[in-house]
Amino acid sequence: MTTAETYDDILLAPITFKDSTINKTGAWRTFRPVLHPENCINCNTCWKFCPDASIKLPDESLGEDTPTINYDYCKGCGICANECPVNRKVNRKGGDESDKAITMHKEVEFE
Amino acid sequence: MSGESEKLIISGNSSAAYGAKIARAQVIAAYPITPQTTIVEKIAEFIAKGEYNPQFVKVESEHSAMAACIAASQTGARTFTATSAHGLALMHEMLHWAAAARLPVVMSNVCRAMGPPWSVWADHTDAMSQRDTGWMQIYAESNQETLDNIIISYRIAEKSHIMLPFMINEDAFILSHTYEIVHTPPQDLVDAFLPSFDPPYKLDPEDPHGFGSLSMPHQWYMELRYKIAEAAEKVLKEIQIVGKEYGEIFGRYYDLLDLYECEDAEVVLVGMGTVASTAKDVVDDLRAAGKKVGFCRIRVFRPFPVVALRKLLGDVKMIGVMDRSFTFGYEGPLFTELKSALYGKSTPLMKNYVVGIGGRDVTPKVIRKLYDDAYRQLADDDIDIEIQWIDLKGEQRIHERRDL
Repeated sequence: MTTAETYDDILLAPITFKDSTINKTGAWRTFRPVLHPENCINCNTCWKFCPDASIKLPDESLGEDTPTINYDYCKGCGICANECPVNRKVNRKGGDESDKAITMHKEVEFE
Repeated sequence: MSGESEKLIISGNSSAAYGAKIARAQVIAAYPITPQTTIVEKIAEFIAKGEYNPQFVKVESEHSAMAACIAASQTGARTFTATSAHGLALMHEMLHWAAAARLPVVMSNVCRAMGPPWSVWADHTDAMSQRDTGWMQIYAESNQETLDNIIISYRIAEKSHIMLPFMINEDAFILSHTYEIVHTPPQDLVDAFLPSFDPPYKLDPEDPHGFGSLSMPHQWYMELRYKIAEAAEKVLKEIQIVGKEYGEIFGRYYDLLDLYECEDAEVVLVGMGTVASTAKDVVDDLRAAGKKVGFCRIRVFRPFPVVALRKLLGDVKMIGVMDRSFTFGYEGPLFTELKSALYGKSTPLMKNYVVGIGGRDVTPKVIRKLYDDAYRQLADDDIDIEIQWIDLKGEQRIHERRDL
């Protein structure tokens, strides 16, 4: 089934033949979170709070030991950076951005 | 039970329950409301006795009931529910969904007044408020018709070129709680008449699709709506074809209109639901006295039988339209729709009689007064006032249209 071209092609109601994962909503991003494994404490708080389920737990079979961000669907809301306890400690105690486990950047920097 | 027709003395609500059972509705999701509750209670009784085995979903509101029906219908299940007045209003947005998603849900609506004041009695405001949703609407005159309407509706609704939901209206208490003789159609004949529901695209994890997704203005929204309009027009013909088929098999014929003594009538009253039943007795009395009167019951309200009405009322000189609801700031909706259907085709005298609001009894005496009033209009060859609220207490209330 291909995209409808004419009135006679369309069905009686909107019915899709591809699943919605083809719609990569990450394209809507204007800010991008970057995870820094060297500062990450593996608490998985970012994974818990992500409203789009766009952070994956570490996949040990791939040798990962920190969560990873799925940029196909991450919308850059910044909740992960806001909730990250390492980030919060840096903000509370004063410190460098480079000490944070998740930093937020403008998406245009990555184009 | 198979092969046998039972002659029962049952209420309109029981008739609806029998209708759902005999039509073999597979999923029933409903929420109670007076005076519909006993429809679903009767169904629960059938299930408890082991006579009927649908999926019966108890939901927390009418909105959820319709949402559940939509989901069930989308999986390819034959779905039924029942409601009334505020319950129907509560599911309003879901009614739009069921129709535009092209799901052949059949629902019994027990026509009841909207509050405040709180009222549980017969009134058509609830169903009238839903006329734009895309649901087809049939108004029953008897308990027998209520049962038959459900089976007929599934037959039409599930046809692949129709796929629209049907609302079967029955007047509160007058039908829902009144006992009449009802013949149940034999199960084996109904099974042959009503094949199993098998739509081409279903909610199925083995063959996944998305249903109801977004359409931008430049995409297919308008075309999909046009398809609904086309399908609704086709229902007009299907009502006649299937109504005739039903008659040939079960002995009871149904059509868009139910005309009583209209052939040579000079005055015709038009109405829907049980007022027709009373009016027919009045017509008999008046005919016996030599008056050429008739009654036109509009059985199918959506789609509105424009052509049939033009044809059959074209020569009538005076038409009184009985509305059991009112559109505030305008007039009775049936009055509006009939005038509009006859526009440019015939110019009878027409008057709107607003009756039975909040369940006020529409007695033979009241209907007799309407025929007398209609004759007065005919004699003057003019309408005294366009809209008259009938049988209000106290002084005569005249509803004047103010000229601006």
